[in-house]
Amino acid sequence: MMDFVCNLPFLSVVVFLFAAVVSAVLPPRASRAFTTVVESLVLAFSVAVLIYTAGTGTFFRYNMGHFDAPWSNQLRAGVLEALAATVFSLVLLLSHVGGMRYVRVDIEPKKQNLYCTLLNLVGAALTALSYTNDLFTGYVFLEILTLSSCGILVIRRAGRTTLAAARYMVLNLLGSGLFLLGVCLFYGTTGHLLMEYIKEGVATLDATGEYAVPLTVTIGLVSAGLAIKAGLFPFHTWMPDTYGTATPTSSAVLSGIISKGYIFLLIKIMYRVAGVDTAAMTAARHILYIFGILGIIMGSVWAMQSSYLNRMIAYSSAAQIGYIFVGIGLGGEAGFVAAMFQLMAHALTKPLLFLSGARLTEASGDSPAFSDLQGAAHRRRGAGAAFTVGALSMVGIPSLAGFCVKLNFAAAAVQHGVAADIITLGTLAVSTLLNALYFIRTVIRIYTPSEAKWGVVPVRRDVGLFVSAAGFIAGIVFLGFFPGPVTSLISRGLSMFG
Amino acid sequence: MLGNLIHNYEEAVALLLFSIGFVTLLFHRNMIRKLIGMNIMDSGIYLFLASLGYIYDRRAPIVEDGITDPSKYVNPVPASLVLTGIVVSVSVTAVMLALAVRLYERYHTLNLDEIYELSRRRTEHR
Repeated sequence: MMDFVCNLPFLSVVVFLFAAVVSAVLPPRASRAFTTVVESLVLAFSVAVLIYTAGTGTFFRYNMGHFDAPWSNQLRAGVLEALAATVFSLVLLLSHVGGMRYVRVDIEPKKQNLYCTLLNLVGAALTALSYTNDLFTGYVFLEILTLSSCGILVIRRAGRTTLAAARYMVLNLLGSGLFLLGVCLFYGTTGHLLMEYIKEGVATLDATGEYAVPLTVTIGLVSAGLAIKAGLFPFHTWMPDTYGTATPTSSAVLSGIISKGYIFLLIKIMYRVAGVDTAAMTAARHILYIFGILGIIMGSVWAMQSSYLNRMIAYSSAAQIGYIFVGIGLGGEAGFVAAMFQLMAHALTKPLLFLSGARLTEASGDSPAFSDLQGAAHRRRGAGAAFTVGALSMVGIPSLAGFCVKLNFAAAAVQHGVAADIITLGTLAVSTLLNALYFIRTVIRIYTPSEAKWGVVPVRRDVGLFVSAAGFIAGIVFLGFFPGPVTSLISRGLSMFG
Repeated sequence: MLGNLIHNYEEAVALLLFSIGFVTLLFHRNMIRKLIGMNIMDSGIYLFLASLGYIYDRRAPIVEDGITDPSKYVNPVPASLVLTGIVVSVSVTAVMLALAVRLYERYHTLNLDEIYELSRRRTEHR
């Protein structure tokens, strides 16, 4: 007899899909409320699955339809899948609640319910990517994620959004093409689409040395496709325009969780399809490591040169994505734990920066230029404090999530010989310095009193933003004070993957 | 090497199409050409899948004349993957066409370089 909890992964995806359809026909206000309820419901589902899998110490599979493996389409839930789904649904909920007032301003009234439809589709795709055990289903939801993320970007008709969306889509489609070809080659060489069956095939081929070239090409295609979609350097060029011009909820969702969805699928493929330590995968990981290091440095340099707040935060995202790939490249349990921890920490920090940044911008004549932002934290005290917490976490001040991220990376690097050690630790040091330079500079700027250039800006209370910022800050402080339980959950999840 | 290429000519052509589409999508500056490139790229993948699933001298996977022996039929999975893939690429094409229409309405050109330049001049990047 299957426990009821085992239905929840499937229900999470279906509830989001159902809500997407219903939101499309509800009036704007009702669809916002309905979407918030659905997001909370899926969050509760994900937490329940997390508690169940962590409590029993096992994973479970869920067959779609009544066929057994290898013919069925399966979902699979272990600790790590449930943890990813929890983080994704939490950040989706908080970003939606926090940016709701901007959605009302930025988007035409008759399209506001469609925005909720798109957010629900993003939710469905992210939960499906977390739980799916089938590569082709992964591809389909990857495309649903791409299309709905393009939608939440382009729905605001202002500035450069359409151009940004076009550039975003072109790079994403290149990534999808490579990924799909990789999936087809996996199917061609092993005859399966379910992850553990492909893994058996790959392990046999790796042991016998047969089809070494096709296997390398396949793994390269899949890794490159997902890395392009996630925005790894040098494929991050869409980020500043995209994150800079979308409505704050969209920026928060895009930077916080959508790129993480692709990375989580990549980690899953490494563990459950290609095998982390097969020769081809090791080579692919080393290449990702190099681009990760370059991304960290270049992202930070560009962020420092930027003269607009939203573009600075966007470039910093490119650097933070680099960190995750460095963790993946270092490999071993410590490397992947560091990558997953960074994935969670960044998913909680970046939306906070985007949402509080939007509030500061609003109090500065809607200008994100640093010169106009001077003194913004005095005009919007709450947003200033929230931004400061996010910025300090990015720099890596102890007791906040960013510090534990850097600690994890240092711990992972020392296990990998002198060369990796020097490169990783050196990059960490340089990046921390650059982060400190541009984030602390921004914090000082927003707290420097300015001549009352904008006059008295009337403060309207934004309860949604307050709740959402409180949630994000609680998450960041929790990760900063109690990294132990989280890292042990991640390592248990990784061992269930294997 | 050449023998393999000739023997697997369908796969070779599929990968050639994929490469043509990929390069067009990446390097052409015109939105419509990019879109056509994307469709060529996807068609290449579908041809690859279709040729992967086809086995010479076997029937389409629909039970006919009471023959239930699976060795008489080709593998149905690649065909269903192709169908799913076509649905995905049609949706993506529709969205990209909508984007192209919006870009044209706003900038009166479909050349991405020109659009970028226009957008920079209007200081839209703030």
